Amino acid sequence: MARDVQRLVVALNVNGERTELLLPVHKTLLEVLREEMQLTGTKHGCELGECGTCTVLVDGRPELSCLLLPVQVEGRVITTIEGMASGSTLHPLQQAFVELGAAQCGYCTPGILLSAKSLLETTDRPSREEIREALAGNLCRCTGYAKILDAVELAAGRMR
Amino acid sequence: MTHHPHPGLRPDLPAGRGGEENLGPVGEFSVIGKPLPGVNAVAKVTGRAVYADDMLPVRTLHCRILRSPHPHARIVSVDTSAARRMPGVQAVITGSDLPIKFGILPVTQDERALEHEKVRYVGDPIAAVAAVDEEIAAAACDAIAVEYEVLEPVMSIEDALAPAKKERIQDYGGPNNIHKLVALEFGDVDGGFARADHVREDLFFFQGNTHLPMEQHSAIATFEGGSAGGSASRGPREGGDSPPQTVGKVTLWSSTQVVHYVHRALAKVLELPMNRIRVIGAAHGGGFGGKTDPFAHEIIVCKLAMITGRPVKCTLTREEVFYAHRGRHPVLMWVRTGVTRDGRITAMHFRSALDGGAYGSYGVASTFYTGALQTVTYDIPAYRFEGCRVFTNKPPCGPKRGHGTPQPRFAIELHLEKIAHELGLDPVDVKQRNFVKPMTRTVNWLRITSCGLEECTERVMAASGYRRRERKPGHGMGFAVSTYMSGAGTAIYWNDMPHSEVQIKVDRGGVTAYCGAMDIGQGSDSVLAAIVAEELGLHPADIRLVTADTDTTPIDLGSYSSRVTFMAGNAALEAARKMRAMLVEAAAAKMGREAASVEVGGGRIGEFSFEEASILAEARFGTLTSAGSYTPPKIAGPYKGSGVGPSPAYSYSACVIDLDADARTGLVHVNKVWIAHDVGRAINPLLVEGQVEGSVYMGLGEALMEEQAFRKGLHKWPSMLEYKSPTFLDMPDVETFIVESVDPEGPYGAKEAGQGPLLPVPPAVCAAIYDALGVWIDEVPVTPEKVVEALRRKKKGEPGRFGPSTFPAIPYPPCIKVEPPDKELDRASPASI
Repeated sequence: MARDVQRLVVALNVNGERTELLLPVHKTLLEVLREEMQLTGTKHGCELGECGTCTVLVDGRPELSCLLLPVQVEGRVITTIEGMASGSTLHPLQQAFVELGAAQCGYCTPGILLSAKSLLETTDRPSREEIREALAGNLCRCTGYAKILDAVELAAGRMR
Repeated sequence: MTHHPHPGLRPDLPAGRGGEENLGPVGEFSVIGKPLPGVNAVAKVTGRAVYADDMLPVRTLHCRILRSPHPHARIVSVDTSAARRMPGVQAVITGSDLPIKFGILPVTQDERALEHEKVRYVGDPIAAVAAVDEEIAAAACDAIAVEYEVLEPVMSIEDALAPAKKERIQDYGGPNNIHKLVALEFGDVDGGFARADHVREDLFFFQGNTHLPMEQHSAIATFEGGSAGGSASRGPREGGDSPPQTVGKVTLWSSTQVVHYVHRALAKVLELPMNRIRVIGAAHGGGFGGKTDPFAHEIIVCKLAMITGRPVKCTLTREEVFYAHRGRHPVLMWVRTGVTRDGRITAMHFRSALDGGAYGSYGVASTFYTGALQTVTYDIPAYRFEGCRVFTNKPPCGPKRGHGTPQPRFAIELHLEKIAHELGLDPVDVKQRNFVKPMTRTVNWLRITSCGLEECTERVMAASGYRRRERKPGHGMGFAVSTYMSGAGTAIYWNDMPHSEVQIKVDRGGVTAYCGAMDIGQGSDSVLAAIVAEELGLHPADIRLVTADTDTTPIDLGSYSSRVTFMAGNAALEAARKMRAMLVEAAAAKMGREAASVEVGGGRIGEFSFEEASILAEARFGTLTSAGSYTPPKIAGPYKGSGVGPSPAYSYSACVIDLDADARTGLVHVNKVWIAHDVGRAINPLLVEGQVEGSVYMGLGEALMEEQAFRKGLHKWPSMLEYKSPTFLDMPDVETFIVESVDPEGPYGAKEAGQGPLLPVPPAVCAAIYDALGVWIDEVPVTPEKVVEALRRKKKGEPGRFGPSTFPAIPYPPCIKVEPPDKELDRASPASI
């Protein structure tokens, strides 16, 4: 079956690096990050916008990469989990997640870390309820969420 | 908030099996008991951990699977010609390419990777395509024409018990669509009931639910060299003195919990010797039992890689994951118990009926498990168990966290609660009065060693203020206990080999531990590293790990039945102690001292650095390797069916739940959970807490939300939005208490933590709802409409209850009567020889 796939050159700014890619227009940002750019730190749990696993930051705000097309985010600043640490120094949230055992299987972790990063960039003293609210779109099946909440609070304290 | 005892001195008991006490350090542990980060944590928070779907080798083909749209149908024909002609399609296979049946249990080899005769549930695989991209593979699946002869589906336990309309779902089992019947009787049950002052019967239903791992199942296979044709299907030496056949080698990376069982299934279905297959566990995105069976897609990608000579990957969609299932069995239960006036149990009769779905999976074991562990918390002097699993045209059920035991735990805890209320006794008192004691054997021959049930109960009672609670309508507290195994005492397929093996290599100061154990996020790698580091006086970060790779690691039976800490932990302990002995001997010889006086710790062996000592030892002994293994003690009882239930040690949990329940809306809001878990010894308390909190979370989901239910063969809610699971906003605070009973045979006294703490949660929720509203919800999940309906019935003067009202007539066979053992463990006769 010959398929008539429309392709476009799309310029993306991911983790501070600008790249031009020739992409089928219908590929999601999730697919492009993982399959065209080998940024496989962004995971997927449903590809329907339900679980939060594929969360990336677009201009600092959490967005579901499975529901975005690259053309929608051209010229905007995209941050994935690969762009969270400074060189080999972990972000305070990553450090806190390590210390408190907030990642078990680790599959939801990149999305949760990015959602939490966005929260802490706008709220330096979030209440536990504010953290719950900010992360409510990210499902986790392993942790029962408790250690994640503790880790976000620990990181928030260290970042102040 | 968490409380755990700080590491103290070693117990008087030898730590672990065969503890070489002369080598064991005396004094505080340096690693064991410390809340250290998991050894894989940095890889996980940086996105560097490589899960199966993250792999994309060059020339990878993408696989999609055509699945049945019918719950029950005969396959008349499959026409793949149009699919094969599509550009980009590299291979199309159907059932005739993979005709050999497989299955996790030797007694139920009833699955095919692709069915060509008959489909038994919506989602049964029929054909598979490998194509240059996933969209072409999906389009090719759509182009496959399948002609079906649709059969009447069997969708409930009652339907399955009735004669089949045209033909049965499976051609074994029976009568009708019954898969398995079990009937066992221990001690004088009739006499026990006759002796009772009070007898009560209750009915309960535990709805099925699914694991919902965040990671969709994924597998990727490569094939190297040789011919994948006829020559590949024969052993290299087959045919007398003909020269060895040139055959290729298949490598599979998968999100499995058990590389060994996948390895076995591949060897069988692909007709390859095991040495031509390598199975590697990729970084794992969550299992909870759902990735414990060998799956069709794992076999399919291997076959497609053998045909195409290219890497082939298959990642299930989220909807496919719901249909792959192998989750919690829906179980209908009837229980009858006799008690004395003060609530002492005199006899119990328990019946279960499991809705198994279309295939065997672990179902025979699941059936036994619904009757096995009731006796491990309560001293039941006479016990009759009758179990039944039926086939229905739904995705097969299997093991989920607690495997077959959360359902009877739900029933028995609420049943005792009701008995206490009926007798005007305090439910906690009644339960405590019946608690088992350490170092005893149950009526069904299960050996109880360490037991922290009393201490767990005391901890949650004291912290929660349960006994002092303020009684007001709409607010309630509930209590329940549970137990779980630290690994199954018998292997799935009968053999005398160890259940876990560890090898250690030391080379110029570097330590590598090899083990087949699979880290599924629960921290099995961290446990291995902690034990090896403790024995060698190092830090866990100093230990390199090679795990879950059938080519390079010795066998471990995988991450299920909470076996890894106990079994792989003991194997690691033995291997590490042997290595330590060599290092100490070499250091002692150089120092001119007795080995017993050489201290190990802080990166030093005596007066040498670890690296110096390793060089001395290598010079003395040659290549430094050591090995340890663990085989569970033979403790199964002397009766058929005794293989399910025995474990070298049981964990214990106690739980109190505080909730508000709204009589108008039926909404339940859990305010707080207190849970105490007897883990024997916390190798790493941080990871134990994580397991306990995660278990409570999953238990709350099962109690209040999660439901795997079907309409006309279709899953009602096959998406993460519709299948309700608790979010950050739903999860209450959990206060965790780690209780350390120091098991005599666990590594440093450790037992399991990953499954047991789920079990008391659903019954504690329902006990709390009764406390709040005075109505019994005898089935989970407890949805608002069930609460409102129970209250409506109560208002009308009917029993204030929601739950099953009848138990079907099941043709259980006559009970196998088993003489109980002596209760005191040291007086008990050898169980089996």
